Amino acid sequence: MVDSTLVLNGQTIAYTIYAIVIILLMAWFGYKVTTEGKASVIKAKLFYAFVIFLAVLGVSLHLATNATIPWVSMDLNRANITPDKVIEISVADHQFKLPDDKLVVKKGEIVVFDVTSEDLTYGFGIFRKDGSMVCQMQVVPGHKNDLMWKFEKSGIYTIRSTEYSGPKGHKMVLSDVLEVKE
Amino acid sequence: MSFKDTLLNGEQGLFKPNGLTPMQKLALRFVVVGVLFYGLTAIEGMIMRMYQIEPISGINPEHFFAIMTAHPLVGIFGSSYSIVFGAFLFLVPYLMKKPLWSIKLGNWSFILVTVGTLTFWGSAFISHYSPLYTLYWPLPADFSQFSPVGGAVFILGIALVMVGTIFFVINIFKTIAYTPEGHEKVSGRAMLASATGFSWKESIFRKKSKRRENLVSLPVAAIARGTVDTMLNAGIITFTGVLILVYMVAAIFGTSLENTAVDALLYKNWFWWGLDLIADGLVLIFVAGTWYLLAMLITGKDLYMARIARLALWVELIVSWTVWSHHLMSDQAQPGFLKIISGELVTAFELITQGLAFVITLVTLWSARPLKMTNPLKFLLGGLLGFGLAVPAGIIQADLGLNRILHNTQWIIGPHVHVAILVGLTMTLYAAIYFLLPILSNGAKLYSQKLANFHFWAHIIGGIGMGAFMGMAGMKGMLRRTIYYNGEYNLYMILAGICGALLLLAFFAFLYNVIMTFGVRGLIGIFTPAKLKTKELLPQAE
Ligand code: HEM
Repeated sequence: MVDSTLVLNGQTIAYTIYAIVIILLMAWFGYKVTTEGKASVIKAKLFYAFVIFLAVLGVSLHLATNATIPWVSMDLNRANITPDKVIEISVADHQFKLPDDKLVVKKGEIVVFDVTSEDLTYGFGIFRKDGSMVCQMQVVPGHKNDLMWKFEKSGIYTIRSTEYSGPKGHKMVLSDVLEVKE
Repeated sequence: MSFKDTLLNGEQGLFKPNGLTPMQKLALRFVVVGVLFYGLTAIEGMIMRMYQIEPISGINPEHFFAIMTAHPLVGIFGSSYSIVFGAFLFLVPYLMKKPLWSIKLGNWSFILVTVGTLTFWGSAFISHYSPLYTLYWPLPADFSQFSPVGGAVFILGIALVMVGTIFFVINIFKTIAYTPEGHEKVSGRAMLASATGFSWKESIFRKKSKRRENLVSLPVAAIARGTVDTMLNAGIITFTGVLILVYMVAAIFGTSLENTAVDALLYKNWFWWGLDLIADGLVLIFVAGTWYLLAMLITGKDLYMARIARLALWVELIVSWTVWSHHLMSDQAQPGFLKIISGELVTAFELITQGLAFVITLVTLWSARPLKMTNPLKFLLGGLLGFGLAVPAGIIQADLGLNRILHNTQWIIGPHVHVAILVGLTMTLYAAIYFLLPILSNGAKLYSQKLANFHFWAHIIGGIGMGAFMGMAGMKGMLRRTIYYNGEYNLYMILAGICGALLLLAFFAFLYNVIMTFGVRGLIGIFTPAKLKTKELLPQAE
């Protein structure tokens, strides 16, 4: 499975290029529409081709990510995949309760984080040492919240609530509690 | 004229509030109050931004999150709703060449939205009630963190806004449907069907030669379709408010109701279904309608591909009822098929509908080149760019793969939400304000074009810049709705803060320009009862 940093970097590059192009395009349009020149409209065929292009673009983004980002199909099929390890965590009164002081998983093994909330809606996110996010899910009371993941890099990770649960929620950080071993 | 004269009486003393019709006053009241609420939102935004750079010692976390709760609601209801209501209550009768159905009801909408906004803002300020606007169950009823009395007053404020909103909805639909005295009788039902798009089969499947003409113009159709979502949303928010209020009243009387009686995930689905009627419904529909109207008024030409534009507005209405699952992609208990169909695929339709509106507007403008770079045109282009940036950002995050690493980060609230609202929506509203200003004020002259230019550049650079730096922080893992104490993302937050300061400067330049255009006396005069007793929109020539 690719590391999520790679996906983030790809997305950053693609969106930045797009943003620069659309800003330049609008600047060009603003300049041109106010200067002398032929006032024309585009042909209907071109217009309809553009509509089709938008439809293809919208759908193909999802098809492309579905085929290239491995955690998508793993997530959708997780009921049929047997994990190597299940870590059960509960949350109540703005505190995570872990099964051990330190959680240890092996690089490359399939692990499920099964998080239960006893009161409010929380979030569950895993973060790298540099603060960037590996993955996250919502933790909704009264429902099963299970995140299946395969770590590609060894290291020490932090768990943090990724959902607002009132002013007390921002302190829900467990630094360096997850270790991924070679 | 001396500075003092201009400050008191406006640029060249041209603005005469006594010469305004009740309709002009109504629209101006909404717009002025909407602009002031925008200022309050921007100031709150800047306070939060400073807090994100360095938590301010005088503001505790409870207060910080209370600001975060009030900020978007003051922005959306107090500002955007007010400006939109004022503009559309004027424009629907203006475009249909008949008086507004009820000016009195219009004034009630104004009073209720204004008082309601002040009420929930005041309650958040005093009691620090802060469930944030998504109100995930059972947080709004968690009285170990919030006072039920403060919460009840907060909900009361929202309820007042919703009643004002329902009055607006009634006024718009009645105005479309009714036949004023002395006018040729029209079928109200047929007018409404044409306006809301439920006569669409007629316009698509009939042969061109046999097609009947649309009964209402395209901009009125856009307003009507957006108003359908406004109405549904008001229903959802009112219902939700009543539900929360039941828990609060019980807590005030010492009884704690079982909050597990409400399923948290079902509630989340319900809430997002309703909220998307604003975010993906009325905002996009009203904005597209305003683009079309402005493009036609600026060029004096018909809209390019008007029939498709009308159809796209209708599709957008239906799409807005079916996209809510893109907010629940990280909810593991949400069914996978809803995530894919509603969350990914139907949401992708917004790229089509908004993309069409974008191109149709640009082609219409192009058909009349060379145009003069007026303030409405400038801000219209800014608004188009805002959505050109924010809609694809939204499509990216409405993806099962990417949502896993973007949800609840600053990416969502930066390049998507703030760019859509500040650059897309707000600049479109400013375009309409600059356009309507001479019509609503009987020809008052803008005090300074230089200030208007500064307003444009500072706003667009500030808005896009702030979104970009928030997005970069999001990519580095910075969450939204939280507090960092160790300056983890300071570089991005300082840069976003500089852009926020530009936005605030832009606002003050605009405010100053408005004050000097109307004069302090003129601005006060907008809020006094109208001297002219007429239902006409504009004063009639003697
Ligand atoms: C100068 C202008 C503005 C600045 C500096 C600003 C700044 C901010 C900041 C710092 C946040 C908190 C982000 C976080 O979660 O960490 C925020 C949230 C938000 N703002 Fe703004 N903002 C501005 C204008 C507006 C306007 C005009 C609107 C709406 C009309 C708006 C709508 C929102 C929304 C919807 C949220 C999300 C609140 C939540 O998470 O519940 N903002 N803003």
